[in-house]
Amino acid sequence: MRELNVDQVTAAVAQLSIEACRYLGEDVRALLEQARAEEKSAFGCFILEQILKNLEVAAKEQLPICQDTGMTVVFLEVGQDLHLTGGDLTMAVNEGVRRGYQEGYLRKSVLTPLSRINTNDNTPAVIHTKIVPGDRLKITVAPKGAGSENMSRVKMLQPADGIAGVKQFVLETVTAAGGCACPPLIVGVGIGGTMEKAALLAKEALLRPAGSSHSDPAVANLEKELRVLINKTGLGPQGLGGKVTALAVHIQTYPTHIAALPVAVNLQCHVARHRSLLL
Amino acid sequence: MPKLKAFRTPACPEEVAALVSGDLIHLSGVVYTARDAAHLRLMEQLEAEQPLPFPLLNQTLFYVGPSPTPPGKIIGACGPTTGRRMDVYTPSLLANGLKMIIGKGPRSPEVVAAFRRYQAAYLVAIGGAAALMAQCVKKAQLLAYPELGPEAVYRLEVEKMPLIVAIDAQGRNLFELGPEEYAEEG
Repeated sequence: MRELNVDQVTAAVAQLSIEACRYLGEDVRALLEQARAEEKSAFGCFILEQILKNLEVAAKEQLPICQDTGMTVVFLEVGQDLHLTGGDLTMAVNEGVRRGYQEGYLRKSVLTPLSRINTNDNTPAVIHTKIVPGDRLKITVAPKGAGSENMSRVKMLQPADGIAGVKQFVLETVTAAGGCACPPLIVGVGIGGTMEKAALLAKEALLRPAGSSHSDPAVANLEKELRVLINKTGLGPQGLGGKVTALAVHIQTYPTHIAALPVAVNLQCHVARHRSLLL
Repeated sequence: MPKLKAFRTPACPEEVAALVSGDLIHLSGVVYTARDAAHLRLMEQLEAEQPLPFPLLNQTLFYVGPSPTPPGKIIGACGPTTGRRMDVYTPSLLANGLKMIIGKGPRSPEVVAAFRRYQAAYLVAIGGAAALMAQCVKKAQLLAYPELGPEAVYRLEVEKMPLIVAIDAQGRNLFELGPEEYAEEG
């Protein structure tokens, strides 16, 4: 059985945290360039230009793209034939967050929810673990800022609400968020499962290459249709008016109960950060 | 594209009242930082009639919690945070003389009315353009509440910070006017 020391997990999480906060994926950058070409509002164009310029400055100055370096969401895909040695996996991940946020001069934004006492090292991370075939470990670090996370919602629709209900809920969520979620957005939608499954699907949807389509043509059509509808709201960049409110809509689905239609909408601002490494 | 107008802080009340929703300004001068936890402290001190760590009269507040300052730099990344969370505190601060606020995202109708009542303005910085904004900061001084970490209060000297006037002293609101102009029938 293949062995992997958890020290390597710590090092990887630290590195991925810093990289995710400083460098945006080329997929998101390409969508921002496209948005700048499509945008009709003068303010919208100005904002998109500044957003693109900011990416260059962040890389050059080795600063985070956004000061909100988020709560660190970590996805682990653990091969069932892999033996992790040298310590506790959760502790190793959190040590990586601690190290990355310290060494990368990233903001420590995590605190106890009621007494509001900062943990001062951005731990604990939110860790989602999946057991998968094979003997590798895939780590994805996705720091999530509160601006867009705060505007995300879950609703247990009724089966009778159907696709029209799903569309309405997604639109309502984006409209209610307005400029607070820092549009242009990537809109992650989770449909099906149970309440928490829908929320996780919506989060996972944000990890897809930005602007990619779902493999099921019906779902892909719904993604396209929702993007058009969202962009008709006129909210535009930063909610100040314009044609581009959503860069992309990503939907993930899962079978659900005969009595249920859970829908989650996880909004992601234009700083759509995530970095992965395969160990 | 509206022309970028130079604007210096602290400004006299007439200059603030003359700002128009949709103006694009290059702000230079002094701004004070405060976000959620610092607002709570400021409100407690106001209620207890204790002196605040900085003057409010005719001053500018910036909703920001910067990332830590790397060695050799003036400040870390420092883009705006969401204004809506400060809605409950804003009317009191404006009543005490605060004239301009820099943040991102829309404000409640009550806060829009307060900007009008107190002849103040809400300026929008681009959310997420935080490394770029750091380049506008020429001096940063920790003023109060260091125990709040990223939520501590700083006095910043900024130069040519690009900002959009979103809500003006007449109560005009770009968060309504802008989307109305670009909305299409679904």
